[in-house]
Amino acid sequence: MIRFTHVSKEYARGGLALDDVSFHVGKGEFAFLTGPSGAGKSTILKLVYMEEFPTEGDVRVAGVHSGSVRRAEIAQLRRKLGVVFQDFRLLEERTAEQNIAFALEVTGAPRSTITTKVSRLLTQVGLSSKANALPRELSGGEQQRVAIARALVNDPFVLIADEPTGNLDDRATRGVFQLLRDINAAGTAVLMATHNLDLVRRSDYRVIEMNRGQIVYDSADAAADSADGRPTPA
Amino acid sequence: MGLTLRETLLAFRRAPLLSALSVMTIAFSLFSLGLFVLVAVNIRDALQQVEERVEIRAYIADGTPVEAIAAALGDIGSFPEVARAEGISQDEALERARAELGEFRDVFDAAFLPASIEVRMKPGFRDPATVSAVAARIRTYPFVDDVRFGEEWVRKLYNIRNIATAAGIILGVAFAAVAIIIIGATIRMAVLARGREISIMRLVGATDGFIRRPFLLEGLAKGILGGLLALGLTYLAHSLISRTLVETRFFDERIILAGIAFGALIGFLGSAVSVGRHLRRV
Repeated sequence: MIRFTHVSKEYARGGLALDDVSFHVGKGEFAFLTGPSGAGKSTILKLVYMEEFPTEGDVRVAGVHSGSVRRAEIAQLRRKLGVVFQDFRLLEERTAEQNIAFALEVTGAPRSTITTKVSRLLTQVGLSSKANALPRELSGGEQQRVAIARALVNDPFVLIADEPTGNLDDRATRGVFQLLRDINAAGTAVLMATHNLDLVRRSDYRVIEMNRGQIVYDSADAAADSADGRPTPA
Repeated sequence: MGLTLRETLLAFRRAPLLSALSVMTIAFSLFSLGLFVLVAVNIRDALQQVEERVEIRAYIADGTPVEAIAAALGDIGSFPEVARAEGISQDEALERARAELGEFRDVFDAAFLPASIEVRMKPGFRDPATVSAVAARIRTYPFVDDVRFGEEWVRKLYNIRNIATAAGIILGVAFAAVAIIIIGATIRMAVLARGREISIMRLVGATDGFIRRPFLLEGLAKGILGGLLALGLTYLAHSLISRTLVETRFFDERIILAGIAFGALIGFLGSAVSVGRHLRRV
């Protein structure tokens, strides 16, 4: 589903962001990407939704190869992925409902489908009473819920989340995280970059830890290794 | 299409100031171009009126038979360069001279002035070379005493016309280029102001075409609005000049339509280029 094979990424003005990274995220999986700032978490996510391309190696997402993808295919790919960010990235002049609907409109979905789906999603993220609120009238947690609803509106196979709780207080963080868990329980894979080690510890999801552009720990490998009887790093 | 239209209207409504500003910029750029074209058109008209007075006059020897003159008139009238050839008898020449001289009208006796043939050239054949070639041909008639066509004057007029045409083309291109650059920059600003929106659109899987369409329609609409506004301003300037300074002619429909189409085209192309450039970067 998402497969990185010996991926390196070098920015013209930022040096090496990723150094020979290989991993695989399977269908319906929940994986955390952790590590200090500048470790390469966001770069990995950008490579997944193909805003960036590897300098070396290959990224494969839902059958799309980074090496041969055409621009029009990227738009199609992004309709199958949901992406949420720390800063929400909502359209400021549109209501919660319109923000969610927009992601369906770009696909050319009929109006009746849009109306039904949007209202169902607003209910799912607990915001049906704020459908007509503008982003600035919503709290951070609520804005992130709108962003998550938007990310889900096209029934993605994976939700990519870049520090989705980074701007939220504890309460909102717990709420948003629970929402992500529910989404994962319903079958959507989640790949979430986070600084919040509390969240990581409180759940038993897979953890991929990055440092200086490399994967220094992957709990999936560790589990496989311990099954083999080899020691795991602390 | 409905969605594109909605997005375009939304763009106008969300940023009314910026939209108004770009329409005004387009309007004033086209207005300055319009003023220039107005001046150019009127100068061309004036020159054309002067040019119509380019004529060749062939003086005819006394005692030439009327039939010979009539035959020559038919001949000359059928030259491809000639619009009209007219015979002036001695009496007519005297009549004209008297009319022009007013109080000195009595200084001439009858038959003092020679008969002549007056030849007007067709438009496009009023340059010095053609005029003197035709004059030379007329001179070959045995009964023609002398041929005059104000050689020096024709040459000067022709030079002035050439200079005016060249200046008109160069200045026109420069004005148009300035209009294109200013309008392009304005539209680019409008696109940049919505850079965040474009990147969000891309993120949720909008195709380039989907993102581009409202911008193109917006550019087109701004171009047409700016063009109409420029037309109004130019008309205002024209009436003001006509009333206070000098009677001028306003554009005909062809130029009006071309001007508005030019605005629409720059608006459209400006948007296409700006959005295209922006899209390549996100």
